[in-house]
Amino acid sequence: MSTQQEQPREPESQEAPKDPEMKGSKSPQQERLRKKEAGLADERSEAEAEATGETVHIKVFRYDPEVEAKQEPRFDDFHVPFEKGMTVLDAVMYARDEFDSSLTFRHSCRQAVCGSDAFFVNGTQKLGCKTQISDLEQPVRIEPLPHQEVVKDLVVDMDHFYDQMHAVEPYFQQEDLPEGELEEQRQSRENREKVKMSTRCIWCGACMSSCNIAAGDNEYLGPAAINKAYRFAMDEREDEEIKEHRLRILEQEHGVWRCQTQFSCTEVCPKDIPLTEHIQELKREAVKKNLKFW
Amino acid sequence: MYEHDVIVVGAGGAGLRAAIAANEAGADTAIVSKLHPVRSHTGAAEGGINAALREGDDWELHAYDTMKGSDYLGDAPAVETLAQNAPDETVNLEHWGMPFSREDDGRVSQRPFGGLSFPRTTYAGAETGHHLLHVMYEQVVKRGIQVYDEWYVMNLATTDEEDPNDRQCEGIVAYDVQSGNVEGFKANRGVILATGGPGQAFDHTTNAVSCTGDGHAMAYRAGAPLEDMEFIQFHPTSLPSTGVLISEGVRGEGGILYNEGGERFMFEYGYANNDGELASRDVVARAELTEVGEGRGVNDEYVHLDMRHLGEERITDRLENILHLAEDFEGVDGLVEPMPVKPGQHYAMGGIDVDEHGQTCIDGLYAAGECACVSVHGANRLGGNALPELIVFGKRAGRHAAGEDLGEPEIRTGYGDDVEDETDTELPVQPGSAGLGTGDDVAADGGVTAEVDVLEHAVERERERVEHLMNKDTGVQHAEIRSKLQSAMTDYVNVFRTGDGIKNALKIIRECRKEYQDVYVDDPSRTFNTDLQQTYETRNLIDVAETIALGALVRNEFRGAHWRQENQIRDDENWLKHTLVSWDDGEPAIFYRPVILEGGDKTYEPKERSY
Repeated sequence: MSTQQEQPREPESQEAPKDPEMKGSKSPQQERLRKKEAGLADERSEAEAEATGETVHIKVFRYDPEVEAKQEPRFDDFHVPFEKGMTVLDAVMYARDEFDSSLTFRHSCRQAVCGSDAFFVNGTQKLGCKTQISDLEQPVRIEPLPHQEVVKDLVVDMDHFYDQMHAVEPYFQQEDLPEGELEEQRQSRENREKVKMSTRCIWCGACMSSCNIAAGDNEYLGPAAINKAYRFAMDEREDEEIKEHRLRILEQEHGVWRCQTQFSCTEVCPKDIPLTEHIQELKREAVKKNLKFW
Repeated sequence: MYEHDVIVVGAGGAGLRAAIAANEAGADTAIVSKLHPVRSHTGAAEGGINAALREGDDWELHAYDTMKGSDYLGDAPAVETLAQNAPDETVNLEHWGMPFSREDDGRVSQRPFGGLSFPRTTYAGAETGHHLLHVMYEQVVKRGIQVYDEWYVMNLATTDEEDPNDRQCEGIVAYDVQSGNVEGFKANRGVILATGGPGQAFDHTTNAVSCTGDGHAMAYRAGAPLEDMEFIQFHPTSLPSTGVLISEGVRGEGGILYNEGGERFMFEYGYANNDGELASRDVVARAELTEVGEGRGVNDEYVHLDMRHLGEERITDRLENILHLAEDFEGVDGLVEPMPVKPGQHYAMGGIDVDEHGQTCIDGLYAAGECACVSVHGANRLGGNALPELIVFGKRAGRHAAGEDLGEPEIRTGYGDDVEDETDTELPVQPGSAGLGTGDDVAADGGVTAEVDVLEHAVERERERVEHLMNKDTGVQHAEIRSKLQSAMTDYVNVFRTGDGIKNALKIIRECRKEYQDVYVDDPSRTFNTDLQQTYETRNLIDVAETIALGALVRNEFRGAHWRQENQIRDDENWLKHTLVSWDDGEPAIFYRPVILEGGDKTYEPKERSY
């Protein structure tokens, strides 16, 4: 569907990092800590105070292939009463429940673990439920994730994302299990620590949507799937043979080598997973293995 | 029409485990879920999985703790099955690659949890459920099990014999959320409901918005009773603004609760002199609300949970997720300030009445996980006991539905000669037909007696309902009814309960039913119509809320999570029994079944619970 392209949002959608190295070196969490140290955290409460008793102006993308009035994509304006702590998800839920019950979006856990409500908020991929509305410039533009087909309003088709996830054989492969009753496999603390961040992926699709390469190459496995593969390839409980098999999947034409280290995925990941780093590490592993063979 | 041997409804922990087990037992298995599997609410579980894995611990201790925690309303055969199978199933997860937290020797870590006599809660940081869900979905992918995701299951296709024990479930009716097509799914061997909790019946809940009791309501209307619905667990530590859960792991690691005056009230005010913050959840939830009620709460609303003294290293290692939650949703940095917490609806101990094989009284209809009541949790669930329930009983339901012989069940289900009818309590409202105004006055809602194809008939019915809801131009919207229902439940059927309050709730629930007759769907589109889906869900919430309130009204005693002002003693003489509510010709009927305290080789004697 080409409705996405009709929207004049391309220019602001993929703002190139001004200083890629700097961006890559700071996780969102580090960024938050930095702000806090610099006394910038107070900004939020000031913004909140300012907004109290007022409404929040949100502009929400609307499209429905089936309803005549919505076949032409547009933005609808809603003015939602502000409450302290209100998130983007709270605002669209309010708009839906109070103003227009046809406003459609996915959401479920509202605590950043189900990954349903990744939206494009003021030009960045964010989870609606963990984005405080007071942190955003108004009017807040809420759009479906770019580079994915829009099903309706904020709902995008996730099939391609799931296909890519499935393409990396996303399941533990270790047939050689310890013998004896209740004997678990051993895993060192260090190794668990190494894969820990990669296991936090909630399949929200924000990274795929932010990736310029994935946007241009539909076959590129993309950051989420590669991270999923990393989770297994780096887990010491899987043996060397399967690790090599995994690397062969990853080093194919549309695998890790497609990544151009733009850090967009790392920047938008709501779980702070160092996706770009994981992709680079797998590139190094692939090189190491190939050198062995050649 | 689609056809499979076993159809699992819901794709959280119990559903995925059931599907894997059915698949392994050789059945052609499919999962039908309104969410994509990795978005299920199991992912939000934080704490861990209780399993007696270590020297010094054994399943009997686990069973004992669970019986005691349940306030002697758990059925011993179910509790023992849970405790016996949890270790194998937990290690099995490890074998599937689950990233558990580790000890120095590489073995999985375990930690203390409320009400446990041994630190047997196996965990993966404070995000155990997330990992459990993903690992299990990975196994589903590995086995190529068919998943129909974003298909909303609207109803069961059940025969309509007069006695629910004679009925048979032949399949389900679902609609494809993306296209709006309503289709039948024939289940040759069985339907397993694994639809999770009904937390959305309350307005302050840790549950996802998808937790609308769909499975409860469908089974109930098909004739399977709901058991012990009055027992709702209120988790003592949820964030005040959103209800987001702060794991019991925080208290397990040594987190402390303070009132506004900085007093450690669990000890200082004597709520739990032995166990303090690690008393069982019902005790802590009441303590917090008592503090707030007596003017010692912070901002008259909540108390403080402090973990700063644990030190950054330990917090980051074991509770990192909590730091993120507190910061993102409350703007509080858990490393430098205490976190605001208050009780929030968290878990339903009750559910669809099943035996230890997961089977309901309706042939071919199973339930597992939070939507089911075996019952292992009785009047109060111990932290860390929900996840083992999912995997142990999910697996059993899957195997049994696939045709494996698990022997004679010890737990009985449905209406039978072992039950006692409710005759004493005066109900404040006359329960009556509560359908959608489209002539659904048959006994098994959506059912039919014979001759006609049961599934076809059920599909036709749902298509008519959708037409009716979509064609209606004016009336009430679901959001209005839902919000009224949620407020009533939170106002009157909360942690503290009175007979009059519950009667008020029942009156409001009846009003909601009446208003629901006039409900309509405003969104005219068939594409991803969440308005339609939520309208269906709201109906389910009304049914479930009514059973919760009815159970709470008739049980005039104080047991576990169920506190009644009029009668603050546990009345073992009269109430060592389960409450069952069944849908009898469209009206709720209440009856009781004795609790089974007799285990394999010992009987669990009720004792006073002290912490």
